[in-house]
Amino acid sequence: MASVTSNPAATGPLANRPPGALTLRIEPPRTWFELRLRELWKYRELLFFLVWRDVKVRYKQTAIGIGWVIVQPLLTMLVATLFFGRLAKLPSQGLPYSVFCFAALVPWTYFSAALVAATNVVVENQRVITKVYFPRLILPVSAALSGLVDFGIGFVVLLIFTFAHGIRPSWTLALLPLFLLLAVFTVLGVGLWLSALNALYRDVKYLTPFLVQFWTLASPVYYSSSMVPERYRWLYGLNPMAGVIDGFRWALTGTGQAPAATLLASSLIVSCVLFGGLIFFNYMEGSIADRV
Amino acid sequence: MTASVIESHGISKRYERGARASSGLLRDTLARTLRSPWTIFQRQKPDTFWALNDVSLQVGEGEVLGLIGRNGSGKTTLLKILSRITRPTSGSAEIHGRVGSLLEVGTGFHPELTGRENAYLSGAILGMSRHEINRKFDEIVAFAELDKFIDTPVKHYSSGMFVRLAFAVAAHLEPEILLVDEVLAVGDIKFQRKCLGKMGDVARAGRTIILVSHQLNQIRRLCQRVVWLDGGRVRETGPTAEVIGAYEREMSSPDSAVEKGPLGGKAHFLKWWILDREGKPKHMFADDGELRLQFLLKVNQPVYELYHDIELYDQNRQLLWGNAIGNVTLQPGVYLCNHTLPHLPLRPGSYTWRATLWDGGENVADYDCVPEMQVATVPMGHPMDEKAGILNIPSECAILPQSAADLSR
Repeated sequence: MASVTSNPAATGPLANRPPGALTLRIEPPRTWFELRLRELWKYRELLFFLVWRDVKVRYKQTAIGIGWVIVQPLLTMLVATLFFGRLAKLPSQGLPYSVFCFAALVPWTYFSAALVAATNVVVENQRVITKVYFPRLILPVSAALSGLVDFGIGFVVLLIFTFAHGIRPSWTLALLPLFLLLAVFTVLGVGLWLSALNALYRDVKYLTPFLVQFWTLASPVYYSSSMVPERYRWLYGLNPMAGVIDGFRWALTGTGQAPAATLLASSLIVSCVLFGGLIFFNYMEGSIADRV
Repeated sequence: MTASVIESHGISKRYERGARASSGLLRDTLARTLRSPWTIFQRQKPDTFWALNDVSLQVGEGEVLGLIGRNGSGKTTLLKILSRITRPTSGSAEIHGRVGSLLEVGTGFHPELTGRENAYLSGAILGMSRHEINRKFDEIVAFAELDKFIDTPVKHYSSGMFVRLAFAVAAHLEPEILLVDEVLAVGDIKFQRKCLGKMGDVARAGRTIILVSHQLNQIRRLCQRVVWLDGGRVRETGPTAEVIGAYEREMSSPDSAVEKGPLGGKAHFLKWWILDREGKPKHMFADDGELRLQFLLKVNQPVYELYHDIELYDQNRQLLWGNAIGNVTLQPGVYLCNHTLPHLPLRPGSYTWRATLWDGGENVADYDCVPEMQVATVPMGHPMDEKAGILNIPSECAILPQSAADLSR
């Protein structure tokens, strides 16, 4: 991979430059992994602008704008409460089913929307990618971050809703950002794979909605993970969103036990997926402009 | 000589052609892997070509270097490598200073956002900091001549306004090294002049510029030195007048073409030429009169379902016209394919012909005809370039008063 070094002591005929002058070396891809976090930091303003653009355009295009962000999980919660709560009478850890479900839907809506956005982000920005250089890693990161604005709005509604049901948050609420962070990293980890694959194979974008659908069923959104037999709980925890949702619900309502085992498994698997995703994305990065 | 700010050593870039180069389907790859699991370990021999081959060049500080060559000679690929959009396959380059690249006007513009918002977004994408854009914002708006519309969504802009804003943002980019690809060919003549003036200012301010253009007059006006790329290699490099002179001489003489696809396959093209109405070979046309396009075709094995396509592209590689004759059976031998076009109403510019051969569904030969066909007609459409379109058609327009009797008819 072309390395970018700030090399104040250029040698040879070019040595008479002022110290600190930027020197760029352009080389064929060489190492298979090279995380350029410092460069990512250098481009943080661009990252900010991309997130800002996403948010701005989304609210401009949707007729009811911000309202949609609230209505979507709210309606889903109502329907789920009717069918799963009232009719199927699924257990809800002693919480009102509507609260139980809504507490999961807010992080889940973030996750599913951000994952779809991250899958498409490289292909959607192909014009920019083929015309300007910037660290491509910014794109999936921006997709994962811009969904947080929707999440923030949904979360405020969730807080009010929970409060209205007479549930007072306890100290566990302070741990909530931790679970959100895990969700962001899950989006990023899986999104890195999918966005690079999507640039390679045109049909990946049709696959993601399916993936999200299966993933909903495999996550404790509508049912409690306590329904999963104890000895399979660790296996269930391999789904990082199980850890996120259980943790989120626990942190918000303070009921039930801290999902320690699930969380540990989730964090572990997310680290692996994220690390692998970074390697894969980095490997693809050099040729992404030639492929999209 | 001043110190060089760009130094490239033997830069080469190989591209893969065909199915694997463009994005394929995951479904197909999975199916292939399931059917014969070993293929995943076999390196398929991709069909490759070298877009750049061993290009070494040095650009001095403050120099304005022109890059010329036919379509597909590697000019844009070189700019893309120097601006880090893509990586070289081999070779290396060293660049000293902040690089800005302008490969397109309006990169990152979003139609839903206002002019102001787009100026910030596009500026950030081109590498400006928010502080820098804040500082130059009034200047950008003034340059673009659209102060009243700056808070209107860009989707309501005319194409002229869009281009003016886009270029204004780009023109205020102040890198030490600027790589520019063909973007000056935008807007009406007046705005183009303004842009050229701005470029001249930039050059005089001591910044280093590499400029790609088909408009040799622009190169003449702005560049001190020119590199001529031909088939991915440096063909000639030297003072502007010399290199452009040599380039123009070559462009006006008929030449062979670039054959893609296996030679000695079922069939291939040998030669091509264009004849004017008098039957004289020509590559420069000053009117839209009759022309004949002829291809010499060698058939090596009998073909039973031969299709022969021709396509005409403009310099943006946009397909303007195509035609095909089909379902022909040919025995081995040499054939002449003749295409007669009574009119070719094209605006001035350079155009490329492309010919292909198909047998059944199988692509037998691809033929990119070089040199480009130069058209030097008198433009007959709208005086503003961006409103004139691609066809050059003579027309008359009259506005006539209508009486009630006319309307009831």
